[in-house]
Amino acid sequence: MLVDIQNLKIGFKSRTGFHQAVKGVSLKLGTEKLGIVGESGSGKSLTARALMKLLPTQTVIEADKLEFDGIDIRSASEKQMRTIRGKRAGFILQDPKYSLNPVKTVGSQVAEAWRTHKGGSKRAALEAAINLLEMVKIRDPKKVAASYPHEVSGGMGQRVMIAMMLAPDPELLIADEPTSALDATVQAEILRLIEELVSERGMGLLLISHDLPLVSHFCDRVAVMYAGHVMEELKASDLLSAQHPYTRGLLNCMPSLMHPKERLPVLTRDPEWLK
Amino acid sequence: MTIEIDNLRISFVGREVVKGVSFNVAKGASFGIVGESGSGKSTVLRAMAGLNNDWSGRIAFSGEDAPLFRPPAFFRKVQMVFQDPYGSLHPRQTIDRILSELPLVHGMDNIDDRIAKVLSAVALPQTARFRYPHQLSGGQRQRVAIARALIAEPEVLLLDEPTSALDVSVQAEILNLLADLRAERNLTYVMVSHNLSVIAHLCTEVGVMIDGHMVEQVTAEDLRLGNVNHAHTRELRSLSVELEEPA
Repeated sequence: MLVDIQNLKIGFKSRTGFHQAVKGVSLKLGTEKLGIVGESGSGKSLTARALMKLLPTQTVIEADKLEFDGIDIRSASEKQMRTIRGKRAGFILQDPKYSLNPVKTVGSQVAEAWRTHKGGSKRAALEAAINLLEMVKIRDPKKVAASYPHEVSGGMGQRVMIAMMLAPDPELLIADEPTSALDATVQAEILRLIEELVSERGMGLLLISHDLPLVSHFCDRVAVMYAGHVMEELKASDLLSAQHPYTRGLLNCMPSLMHPKERLPVLTRDPEWLK
Repeated sequence: MTIEIDNLRISFVGREVVKGVSFNVAKGASFGIVGESGSGKSTVLRAMAGLNNDWSGRIAFSGEDAPLFRPPAFFRKVQMVFQDPYGSLHPRQTIDRILSELPLVHGMDNIDDRIAKVLSAVALPQTARFRYPHQLSGGQRQRVAIARALIAEPEVLLLDEPTSALDVSVQAEILNLLADLRAERNLTYVMVSHNLSVIAHLCTEVGVMIDGHMVEQVTAEDLRLGNVNHAHTRELRSLSVELEEPA
């Protein structure tokens, strides 16, 4: 098991009291593609960040088990975490505009990721970077490597992020809304690319998204989260015919091109779901 | 209010981004514009709203040509709702202050009444009135943005991706609200979105933009049936259809 999370609880102390954001989440992930879907505030990103120990220090994290490849994340030191983050588990964030360094060329950033984990000379790293850019299907990798983040499009920027994450050959790829800032056509391309790379290299993928149809097309399994709980876990291909009223509600309230609805059904939330 | 756009051209520093766009919208109808980022769809909308004073061609509301610089009365007839309810509301102003700005500027009377009415029109509790934007959820904030447009009692609403920053559950509520408001007040909508299903849900006619050109105008029904001519429309349609079908 690459990732083993059992009964994870994440809370925040605030001026007025204590807020429990994640309330007992259990997930397991091997070398497969797991999707986490849910509305904003359901705790999906927090779960992924807790796994990489990327939450602020005042966060209260409790879990029966929080393991990455057998390493207990809760007691892992910062030094240990640094050998996991990036090297063994890559993290792709939503918006390349904010995740790339605006004053360094794309190539030097990918090369830096390579050199940090694999060592070697600067020139070798830059060559490796160009290879990586080619691997994520950038047509003119030399030219792109020499350009700055503001000179490339959103889709290209996201490819660069993926190239950077692939540099150290990680075993797990966590993608937090990797395509929500992108156009529909680019979105499909990027997800196909991620899917291809993940199956080629035998990596695990944790795809976080609020887009149910998208996840059902690109993952093996899906966990549906709501208000800090996992509502249900099912095969991705079964997602569109899910039974849980929350999942059904989310699917129903989407407008559809092929099956027009006079009025969109609104999600009615049942307190029973949280019991 | 009928809308006529004829050969609209817009350039930024010598680079033409809208290259001769024409379309008409009947009174009480809703027209959708889809396209990828950079296709110029929002630029068209901003020029219509009077937020861009450097365009050529013709923009006419009710048969009357809109001047480059719009008179204040124009903004009571035509209002715009922006994409991001997090960025479009002043963070240090209460909802009451945000909503009273426009009536004050236009010297409208009974501001207190108007705010109370417009809050209930968008289904917000009256208690939301003295809150700050950060105390509201994303959906509630978008309702405030719609209320701010409605308080002018406009005839045309220009909607720039009004739901793309929201969850699908909240998106459904906002789309229903927009449909109800249009029916109640006989509003004319022009909506920009990159999501074909959202456009097809709210609009009866759709214009497809790519690279500054409006390459095709189809009815939502034809879009559904696949009676489309341009390759880009077909591509957008097939992506949307593909996702709707089970894997």
